[in-house]
Amino acid sequence: MEKRVLVVEDEPNISEALRFILTREGWKVDVSADGKSMLGMLQADPPDLLILDLMLPDLSGFDILKVLRAGDGTRELPVLMLTAKGQAADRVEAERLGVTRFMTKPFANAEVIAAVREMTAP
Amino acid sequence: MVRPALTGTRIRARRNLRGMRQAELAREIGVSASYLNLIEHNRRKIGPDLLGALAQVLGVSVDALVEDGDSRLVEGARAAAERSSIDQAELERIDEFTGRFPGWAKVLAETQARVERLERVVEQLNDRMTHDPYMGEALHEIISAVTSVQSTATILNDAQEIEPDWQARFHQNILQDSARLAEGAVALVNYLDAGKSEETGLAAPQEEVEAWLAQRDFHLPELESEALDPAQLVAGQIELSSEASRTLAVQWATQFRADSRALPLARFLSALDRVGVAPEIIADEFGVPFDQVLRRFALLPRDALTGRGLPVPGLVICDNSGTILFRRGIDGFALPRFGGACPLWPLYQALQRPFVRLRTPLATAGRLGRPFVTYACSTTRVEMGFGMPTVLQATMLILPADSVTTETESIALSVGASCRTCPQMTCAARREPSILMTAI
Repeated sequence: MEKRVLVVEDEPNISEALRFILTREGWKVDVSADGKSMLGMLQADPPDLLILDLMLPDLSGFDILKVLRAGDGTRELPVLMLTAKGQAADRVEAERLGVTRFMTKPFANAEVIAAVREMTAP
Repeated sequence: MVRPALTGTRIRARRNLRGMRQAELAREIGVSASYLNLIEHNRRKIGPDLLGALAQVLGVSVDALVEDGDSRLVEGARAAAERSSIDQAELERIDEFTGRFPGWAKVLAETQARVERLERVVEQLNDRMTHDPYMGEALHEIISAVTSVQSTATILNDAQEIEPDWQARFHQNILQDSARLAEGAVALVNYLDAGKSEETGLAAPQEEVEAWLAQRDFHLPELESEALDPAQLVAGQIELSSEASRTLAVQWATQFRADSRALPLARFLSALDRVGVAPEIIADEFGVPFDQVLRRFALLPRDALTGRGLPVPGLVICDNSGTILFRRGIDGFALPRFGGACPLWPLYQALQRPFVRLRTPLATAGRLGRPFVTYACSTTRVEMGFGMPTVLQATMLILPADSVTTETESIALSVGASCRTCPQMTCAARREPSILMTAI
């Protein structure tokens, strides 16, 4: 069965590039530009992987992560957090909240693909 | 001939070895204890006669007290060992090390000096970056555009075939992001240039006022008398390049004039000579608020302070939002450039107890922490009327501990500049991790 990834990223050109490289990797890619609208859907029908931007217009990536880690169906969901804020404090907070992988922008495409493969390896 | 720095450190060490009190040695050589204190802290140069007298009383040769190249190496190596987390340096053999390997010792001393310089730069840059929301926002925008360009360019450069419509979209995206990148960069440069005076290289109005005051050594002699109006003094000052900085400068100058009227210079100095560093007694004698004495003390003419063997103090003022309104730095007690200071400062404790006078011995955090004594108090800055909030203003005067007392006071409080640059990892008041451990 085709694996599904949800990309939550408010920069449309970044999410388009991510959609392209992940589709080419065989993923079915859904994209959302904000946190609130996808949260209910994400909890009802979790994807196999979530790529989450830290700074979103409504909820922050931290807020979303907190909700996911508290829910039964999403507690173990692999989450790759992307951020333009590379501060140590953000990484520490993300790890405290249970992020699977933390990556700072700008990232290399190959780096994202390698992380995704590693995070979803059987 | 004047002697270089660090001679004082040697004098202090020799005195301690002999078990002499500072006052005792001062009496023997015919100077005041406070003057000897300044010499021992390398804040006063010392002439040959006094040096000879000191050497005689301490029972050593003059050469033993004068700093030379070797002692610089020893001090450098010692500083490196004290700052290191590896507690294995053979400090008792430090003379042997610098004597046998002067080249290596020089490298170590220079490396240590460089580390300290870099740490200061990191502190300043970090302070500016993290506490400046506009810059944070602008950099975020630029990084986002760079990410998109890099990711898209990699796709286009890939050996694999890309369908024409995808190709066209990616070209369009790159064009868009390049324009955004250029706009972001221009906006950032404009922001950094805005309000910046070429003379000072500073940006914010408050910084301009502080730089203007610093150039005048934080004293405005024109306003000690009735001769000049604060607005006249500020007009035409090239350091004050914006309307905002001129407005702040007029406010500050008006305050200075009010302070100097309430506490006339000659009478204030005479009180200082009589009672010493006792702002509480001076406030009571003159019948003025405590914080007015603290400001007046911190902004005395330099000569008036040093001539009395007193150090030039530091001063910080904030309102009850914690925003720092004024700062005059003092060596060894770092003051952050933008808000976010150490919550343990007596300055903030004073806000919790308005009108209560606080005298607090404290030490700066870290292996080489230095002792200070602070005097602090908060008073009403603005009364906004019934049912409205009251705006408080807290003032803190900072003095090196040894200039205030010759006795050793027990110090329970250790403070930093801000959490981000504070080396005290286990502090319960910490707001966020320190970059000194995570980045260096």
